[in-house]
Amino acid sequence: MNNQKRELILAFESSCDETSVAVIEDGNKILSNIVATQIKSHKRFGGVVPEVASRHHIEQVTMCLEDAMAEANVTYSDLSAVAVTYGPGLVGALLVGVACAKVVAFSHDLPLIPVNHMAGHIYAARFTSEIKFPAMALLVSGGHTELVYLPKENEYQIIGETRDDAAGEAYDKIGRVLGLTYPAGKQIDEMAHKGSDTFSFPRAMFKEDNFDFSFSGLKSAFINTVHHADQVGEKLNTDDLAASFQQSVIDVLLHKTEHALNVFPVRQLVLAGGVAANQGLRDGLDRLISKHTDIELIKAPLKLCGDNAAMIGAAGYIAWKNGEVAGLALNADPSLEFEWFDEER
Amino acid sequence: MNILAIDTSNQPLSIAILKDKELVATITTNQARNHSVTLMPQIANLLSSVGMKPTDIDRFVVAKGPGSYTGLRIGVTTAKTFAFTLTKELVGVSSLAVLADGINEEGTMIVPLFDARRGNVFAGVYSKAGIELVNVISDQHVSLVGLLEQIKKYKRLIFVGSDSHKFKKQILEQTSKEQQVAFSSMETDYPQAYHLGLLGLEEKPVEIHSFAPDYLRLTQAESQWLEKHQGEADEAFVEKI
Ligand SMILES: [Zn+2]
Repeated sequence: MNNQKRELILAFESSCDETSVAVIEDGNKILSNIVATQIKSHKRFGGVVPEVASRHHIEQVTMCLEDAMAEANVTYSDLSAVAVTYGPGLVGALLVGVACAKVVAFSHDLPLIPVNHMAGHIYAARFTSEIKFPAMALLVSGGHTELVYLPKENEYQIIGETRDDAAGEAYDKIGRVLGLTYPAGKQIDEMAHKGSDTFSFPRAMFKEDNFDFSFSGLKSAFINTVHHADQVGEKLNTDDLAASFQQSVIDVLLHKTEHALNVFPVRQLVLAGGVAANQGLRDGLDRLISKHTDIELIKAPLKLCGDNAAMIGAAGYIAWKNGEVAGLALNADPSLEFEWFDEER
Repeated sequence: MNILAIDTSNQPLSIAILKDKELVATITTNQARNHSVTLMPQIANLLSSVGMKPTDIDRFVVAKGPGSYTGLRIGVTTAKTFAFTLTKELVGVSSLAVLADGINEEGTMIVPLFDARRGNVFAGVYSKAGIELVNVISDQHVSLVGLLEQIKKYKRLIFVGSDSHKFKKQILEQTSKEQQVAFSSMETDYPQAYHLGLLGLEEKPVEIHSFAPDYLRLTQAESQWLEKHQGEADEAFVEKI
């Protein structure tokens, strides 16, 4: 009997400030994952400038494609499909990846698979372990903070999301107040481990019986505390500030996640998104899940928490298996969202 | 040589297939629609309408700017990916030159322009020697007043492009009585990819990976940053990780 043919997905990701192209085998093996990051460029401006990001993508995209194909040691005729992030993200940035993926698919007669960037983040965890359904995903990144219910393969339903800032956004803002360089998340995480929660910032939405998050109150309390100290000439311990901020964020995330796990009977909890690299959050979830022995926690590998095309290839493989194909008219959708969970269905 | 020429630098979308200098097929649309949605289906239709496949194209020619940043990126990404993935040639041509090439008048300065907002234009100055297009003043991002100053020595002028009509009153007011000023007619107001293909036939292919649009203008963030960081060494702002 012949060996089963390996299914190779060529994947593109360009939704924000990383240009990435990957080749993924059978949805769970990385043959190549080229990532060109623009962090150094946007550091100049203290945040991502969309037009600058788009300009960098167009300079990088074919180079990343060449490297991804070479490193995977495959030819176009070996491929099964081309997957691409078409949203959410910065529209000008998304368009570069979408245009490039369309041409590759059309030129080599391959199906084009549209992938939601957030599904990609969830499927970064597929490189840690198989995803078992039903599952719950906690997605935390610079642009998103949401709880997503996965009733079965290729179905994603939001049960709660942030009502104001995303968690990652709050990190960047308070990083600016502390005078840290962009992006500040990793540094705040490190400082938090040296300090302790002495400021007791507010934990938002603890009493409400829903799965939504809010971080703007925390952010304001943080900024007010720092400004007040500046005015009276008092010097605050920045490690303690970071620890207090981070503990408040983690408490809110854990509280709502636990509430979701109590309401939805799931087999797995998936941690994903850029902020999933945060050590405080990873440790907190370990503690939380130790109380729920029937639920398995899987976390995206540290190096796949940020944006990359490998995760798009993993999610694209699932979409492709489920028959999702886009035409050549595929457009970028900067505000693409999963559908909301609906009890009636 | 088979050429596929693509112009998405502004609202009109024009594509053409040429066999050397001969036109095989072309389509031009002028609708306020997203090039991201329309470009690839149009390319697929045009190729199949003449029984061709992407692999039959030897050279991809694209209008490289100036123009709408997003429009340029869709056209340039599409052309450079075709050339790269099929190992074919890539050529970029000024989108202003494409407009200028539509005018067949010797002894006249041809001034294609696009509105760049706030009193500014993207413009160049061209002339025709026989059928050959000659660039007289390089494409630039300039105030309309500044452009008219640069060209006041020319006695005969034709302003080209649908945007030129927006500035008609101002142009007529600010040119002198000695200058003979004309404007493009409806058929030469919009770029035709056939002209783009013809111009692209004459040019040398470029290196594909580093090819990017000629925006002719830095982003605001970059120009502000450069003002504060003059003379700093150029470093790579994008790195592989
Ligand atoms: Zn992301």
